[in-house]
Amino acid sequence: MENKLIVSYAPHIRSKDDVKGTMLDVIIALIPALFVSVFFFGIRAAIVCVVSVLASMLFESLWNMLLKKKNTINDLSAAVTGLLLAFCLPPSIPLWAVVIGDAFAIIIAKGFFGGLGQNIVNPALAARAFLLACWPVDMTYFTKPFEKLFSPDVLSSATPIAEGIEEANLLDLFIGNCAGCIGEVSALAIIIGGVYLLIKKRIDFVIPASYILGVGVIGFILGNGFLFSMLSGGVMLAGFFMATDYVTSPVTSKGQLIYGLIAALITVVIRKYGSYPEGVTYAILISNIITPLIDKYVHPKKFGYVKKAKTV
Amino acid sequence: MKTLTFKGGIHPDDCKKNTKDEKIIEVLPPKEMVYPLLQHIGAECEPCVKVGDEVLRGQKIADSEAFVSSPIHSSVSGVVTKIEKRRHPNGKMVNSIVVENDNTYRLSEDIYEREGFFELSKEEKLKIVREAGVVGLGGATFPTHIKLNPNKEIDYVIVNGAECEPYLTSDHRIMLEIPKEVVEGLKCILNITGAKEGIIAIEENKMDAINVMSKLCEKEENISVAVLKTKYPQGSEKHLIKAVTSREVPSGGLPNDVGVIVDNVDTCCAIYNAALKRMPVMSRIVTVSGTSIDKPRNFKVYVGTPFKNVIENAGGFIGDVGKVIMGGPMMGITQFDLNVPVIKGTSAILAFDKLTLPKKENVPCIRCGECVKRCPMNLMPLYLNQYAKAGDLDMCDKYNITDCIECGVCSYLCQSNQNPLSNIKNAKQKVIAAKRAKGGK
Repeated sequence: MENKLIVSYAPHIRSKDDVKGTMLDVIIALIPALFVSVFFFGIRAAIVCVVSVLASMLFESLWNMLLKKKNTINDLSAAVTGLLLAFCLPPSIPLWAVVIGDAFAIIIAKGFFGGLGQNIVNPALAARAFLLACWPVDMTYFTKPFEKLFSPDVLSSATPIAEGIEEANLLDLFIGNCAGCIGEVSALAIIIGGVYLLIKKRIDFVIPASYILGVGVIGFILGNGFLFSMLSGGVMLAGFFMATDYVTSPVTSKGQLIYGLIAALITVVIRKYGSYPEGVTYAILISNIITPLIDKYVHPKKFGYVKKAKTV
Repeated sequence: MKTLTFKGGIHPDDCKKNTKDEKIIEVLPPKEMVYPLLQHIGAECEPCVKVGDEVLRGQKIADSEAFVSSPIHSSVSGVVTKIEKRRHPNGKMVNSIVVENDNTYRLSEDIYEREGFFELSKEEKLKIVREAGVVGLGGATFPTHIKLNPNKEIDYVIVNGAECEPYLTSDHRIMLEIPKEVVEGLKCILNITGAKEGIIAIEENKMDAINVMSKLCEKEENISVAVLKTKYPQGSEKHLIKAVTSREVPSGGLPNDVGVIVDNVDTCCAIYNAALKRMPVMSRIVTVSGTSIDKPRNFKVYVGTPFKNVIENAGGFIGDVGKVIMGGPMMGITQFDLNVPVIKGTSAILAFDKLTLPKKENVPCIRCGECVKRCPMNLMPLYLNQYAKAGDLDMCDKYNITDCIECGVCSYLCQSNQNPLSNIKNAKQKVIAAKRAKGGK
């Protein structure tokens, strides 16, 4: 009985959920999309992903070493960033560009702002925007599925979203048989991953639903077609995996609804009226920046603030 | 059967299986009994005995003139040997009366069975409850005679049998073993307050207790049993009222603001004993459990018995003891000195092995928002945590820190293993103190 006892604050039990588990679930949820991508675009898609994940983790380690901080690659957040960045790059992207993108994501978009939990925009999308601004040709060189990459007779192909609704086959868009970025071509694979995250309660349905359906409805109103708007480009990937990033999205359900709809509106407006065919990246980045404002004004209805309670 | 509940909360493993079928056993008091003069919310009592005085079991040994206070009684007969500062389970040193037990348990002459409680005036009934030292035995220890005397009309009296904290089974055993006392106690409360209806609210993980109580209430016109969803913190007063009556206690208000009084099952028994025999609160039911307890049990413990004696009765410790807690694992207080006595608010003594304590890596908040979605008060713990850490009390107040019920749901859920509750608790006390200072001007 003479043991020294530990004194601490309550509570003395904790849930088993931790950040690493969440990140691991995100990686698991991304695997179906990765398989589909390898099927359509060949092993090159997998190489881009592996390089991106390794580079991200390397930069995370280097950054921690430089700041003399504990190495944080174990929480797997860097791996998720790397994988998500690879997913929104074209399969033919030069590998050096991938590495530069990872450096931008981990060091500039995340590290400069204070690391995990402190970044104000989604690091993977920030890096994609950076690469798109620096190397627009490499970033928009898309190949059709089953084409041999880099053979001289292959010409860059337009993504369905650039070709427009008249050319599109919705079934191909759904399963992923179209030109596009590595992880975003197959709506089906992304939905499978998204449902996994929903079942595991890692994400809430509010953001995916408001964003994806929002894009569909607003797209329909502006004449892009309901299903086409939702299935083309990066809407599915962004809706389930990018917009739902905890750090850069509002914490309340009401706030998440507003956030999803704002992102949807910006996406469709850029697609319809902007000079880029695709607006997902910028839409999410802008919504990320609006997030603190939403959180400041949108609060849950607090307990005990009803005017007069009614009897049963 | 319809199960009632509220929005938010968590579902931790209830860990009640070790003790829920264990009959209540009495723990014999040791030689030295310690009675801290603060066993309730309110003013500390003054001793009304001197060193060397002989005391009887059930004799009042300390009382206070203050409005919010409750007297303390000796649970054994013997001699007062010391009146000095002793360690209290809350960690502080509190003036305490030490009584040497003479093992004869001679009962005070005032304690005997009598009739006619219901015929007394309201003032007399409340005086009986007060003189018996009845406080909220669920753990909050608010003096019951004040609770039962609201200046508002009361519609419902809810008996709190939710027992939502994991490991705790003391209320469960009371409902199984002495259900009649619970119902009779409830009748006394209904009689005192003039409330129309009594509801015994029990979580659905205690089906046997629900059956026993339902059967007993069949004959009663104005008493019924409500089944609650098993969820933490279902036993929180405000959330119990919300679940059972759909009424929301206003911020800063009391249950009687919505015409409800809530009392714990053990408190009902105490009121019954006070009404029938003028028997003061001298013992209570304590669950002794946890991963470091050899034989988890439910005990009837005399108030004043040191923790170590109670733990010895449960077979002592096994393994490498890390934490000893008074109360449940969600809200309990860690102990570092096992000589502290069982007080009126000790619902459980839990001991955990070092290996079974939670081990999660501490990382920064990733804003997953779970604490916001599950906070039973619908607060935003992640922002409260930030402002509390930064010492920004104005923002804490703006984010309604004083509404926090300190249930610990935010800290339980936190993926990043932060403990928002610890920071919020500190800041909340400062905000309340600042408000009081302002109001005093």
